[in-house]
Amino acid sequence: MCGIVGLFFKNPALEPELGHYFSVMLDSMSSRGPDSAGFAVYGDEVPAGCVKLTLHHPNEQFDWAALASAMSHRFQVAPNVKVNATHARLILPAAEQDARAWLTERFPGVAVMSAGRRIEIMKEVGAPAAVLARFNVRQMTGSHAIGHTRMATESAVTTAGSHPFSTGPDLCLVHNGSLSNHNRLRAQLQRAGIEFRTDNDSEVAAGYLTWRLQQGASLKEALEAALHDLDGFYTFTIGTRDGFAVLRDPIACKPAVMAETDDYVAMASEYRSLVGLPGIERAHLWEPEPATVYSWTTSRN
Amino acid sequence: MNVIDLSQTTVRELNHALHQLEPTDPGPRWVVREPRGAHAIACGLRVPVTVEIEGHAGYYCAGMNQFATVRVAGNVGVGVAENMMSGFVHVHGNASQSAGATAHGGMLVIDGDASARCGISMKGVDIVVKGSVGHMSGFMAQAGNLVVCGDAGEALGDSIYEARIFVRGKVKDLGADCVEKPMEPEHFSLLKTLLERAGSEAQPEEFRRYGSARRLYRFHIDHAGQY
Repeated sequence: MCGIVGLFFKNPALEPELGHYFSVMLDSMSSRGPDSAGFAVYGDEVPAGCVKLTLHHPNEQFDWAALASAMSHRFQVAPNVKVNATHARLILPAAEQDARAWLTERFPGVAVMSAGRRIEIMKEVGAPAAVLARFNVRQMTGSHAIGHTRMATESAVTTAGSHPFSTGPDLCLVHNGSLSNHNRLRAQLQRAGIEFRTDNDSEVAAGYLTWRLQQGASLKEALEAALHDLDGFYTFTIGTRDGFAVLRDPIACKPAVMAETDDYVAMASEYRSLVGLPGIERAHLWEPEPATVYSWTTSRN
Repeated sequence: MNVIDLSQTTVRELNHALHQLEPTDPGPRWVVREPRGAHAIACGLRVPVTVEIEGHAGYYCAGMNQFATVRVAGNVGVGVAENMMSGFVHVHGNASQSAGATAHGGMLVIDGDASARCGISMKGVDIVVKGSVGHMSGFMAQAGNLVVCGDAGEALGDSIYEARIFVRGKVKDLGADCVEKPMEPEHFSLLKTLLERAGSEAQPEEFRRYGSARRLYRFHIDHAGQY
């Protein structure tokens, strides 16, 4: 069991309240996933030519200033760094692959949680309420967010094994369920050049989407292909730069409920997570159909 | 009338109070406010009391019910009236998966749609869904009646035993060993009674009947390929 939630504002006036509404949603899924929690927030977009990275180091005392200093030396420009507990959000006018290559070489203990122009992924072991407080999620702003509360079944309870998993620039995935064919699929994807950091089955689903997207598929095409290639139980919520998507396996054992108003679209494992949203009593409520890709995007970005 | 506000009282306290009622004199009806999708509301009732839930309920609402009438002015989560023995459960909105699972008796009415596995392993309950049902409804259904006024999803009645399924709309496809059967006079009268009790305007003549071909559950080696 795990809990997943997603909240996407259609009305930009709500963006300052994203952290407030999203925290309540994620916290209410603690009973489905008390081991660890994580989330992706889509906030301000960095200019073209810049990359926004979220980095993690297990030591909360890690010297991010030293990393920034070394980075300015290499890239001839100082990155914009904002430390948040074990994570740091870093904006750099450089190409993502250059920043990644440099980090891997100079700071191998630092993990890249996400990369893109809007996404920020943060995740930690611990009760969801504690994780939310630690990162001060309540104060975060943005157009949309997806999150996960984990009850581990397939692999160890670690920060790296927590969700969301990044699936490419500004893309990430949260998963409720378990995959049966992840070992074989991981090996196939590794041969195709996809890298994995954990033994986690959900990371394979993320890697699979990354691979499909690299092959030129649209997100919808990648998810439709996943219905064929992923064996197991899953409800996925996928965050994109300008929206989010939901997919359930054809058997649909894992729960999902959705709500839509003129102001937002929200999904959660259970209706309990949606009760704090504004105007929920008048929202259109439904269960997403099995084996059907649902997606929403905004044109305002 | 007893009014319980679940923003002030826990579900455990509510259910405990309902479990203390006298079978011969359960007293006035109970109104439950602010259910906010909480699980296990009005579970395990054993007396002929009426409970009205004003909003959406979570999982296993009215599970294991005996004798009580439970009405939900909203949607319900997974497993409404699961393993009900008797009584009456009425959902005004939609129901999630496994509505009426394993229920032995009583009646479950859903005014909206029910999603997958409605009536899974039902053992004698009467279920009337005024909307449509999702895939694998009536899976391994053993006894009772599942009446669907709308459409049915994939694999209806898969591995069904002796339950009867009536569908007014389209059936996407039938599961293993489930076949269409003729409507006999007894089925029209049964359906008329069930629809009246459920408050449905649908007419028995509009329905088709489905049940077991009985080739699967009495194992015969010649049929092994059908499993």
